[in-house]
Amino acid sequence: MDNQLEPIVRKLQADFGATVEEFRGEAHLTVSTERIVATLEACRDQFGFELLSAQTAVDYWPKESPRFHIIYQLTSVTKNLSLTIHAPVNGSQPEVPTVSGVYDSANWREREIWDMFGIRFVGHPDMRRILNPPDADYFPLRKDYPLGYEEPQFSFNFDEIQLGKPNPKE
Amino acid sequence: MGVEQKLANMGVVTTTLENVVNWSRTGAMWPMLFGLACCAIEMMAAQASNYDMSRFGMELMRPSPRQSDLMIVAGRVSKKMGPVLRRLYDQMPEPKWVIAMGDCASCGGVFNNYAIYQGVDEVVPVDVYVAGCPPRPESLIHAVMTLHEKVKTEKFKDLAEKYG
Repeated sequence: MDNQLEPIVRKLQADFGATVEEFRGEAHLTVSTERIVATLEACRDQFGFELLSAQTAVDYWPKESPRFHIIYQLTSVTKNLSLTIHAPVNGSQPEVPTVSGVYDSANWREREIWDMFGIRFVGHPDMRRILNPPDADYFPLRKDYPLGYEEPQFSFNFDEIQLGKPNPKE
Repeated sequence: MGVEQKLANMGVVTTTLENVVNWSRTGAMWPMLFGLACCAIEMMAAQASNYDMSRFGMELMRPSPRQSDLMIVAGRVSKKMGPVLRRLYDQMPEPKWVIAMGDCASCGGVFNNYAIYQGVDEVVPVDVYVAGCPPRPESLIHAVMTLHEKVKTEKFKDLAEKYG
């Protein structure tokens, strides 16, 4: 691990009960969702991570439980450091406190995570879908969402699929 | 030695109104620009001087739906673009026709997923489908000429029923 990063990681480990994994010199921490806002505030104010360079989610269903991980990728421009923080989320009622109060750029990213994974961000100022149509009732990046959208139409099943298609009039 | 022969010698041609109207429609069929993806590049190439669609009276691409008869849907239509496409189609004056250009517009193509319409015929009625990914300019010109064949056989009676 980087000499500069080591004390930061140790401090976060002690203060927020984070577990640390290391891979090829890069550290990633796992923090519970209740403490994620406080952790990111500490990272921003005490340790100089002024940029939330990415925020995304991963669905580990059906391998892991809890199935979702929210991933926060932090960057310190002044210290030239980067740090990854994971927050596991349960699949039955996925809710996470918003970090849009800590990093403004989290606003749209949390909307995208809601759009694609159906994870709600509690306290978010504008929790609407961002990419999919507003009336959509699906979350496409969940692993239990079907990979293809429609069965390909070949000559042997042409009529069967044609029946299910919408047929617009003038 | 009928009356047609006699009139023809005088420089007069007799025909039906239907034929004249249909012929004039094919002679100036203005397509609406609807470039959505890479097919639009081939559509532009078809209009440019190398292929020159205007030889067949389909030269004027109109940027406004109010001035066009033909909608060439060139590219994939996403779920969010669908309502826009339908709105533009509804704004076109009748009679109007639609060409689904390329595999994506015809059946979804390689984009078999939640974000793309599996064929633009889910949104608007399509007259001619063009295969290809993307189709060559010749294919598009052939498609418009196929549409012209269709237009030439149209009857006023059917159009009146179709559009009320």
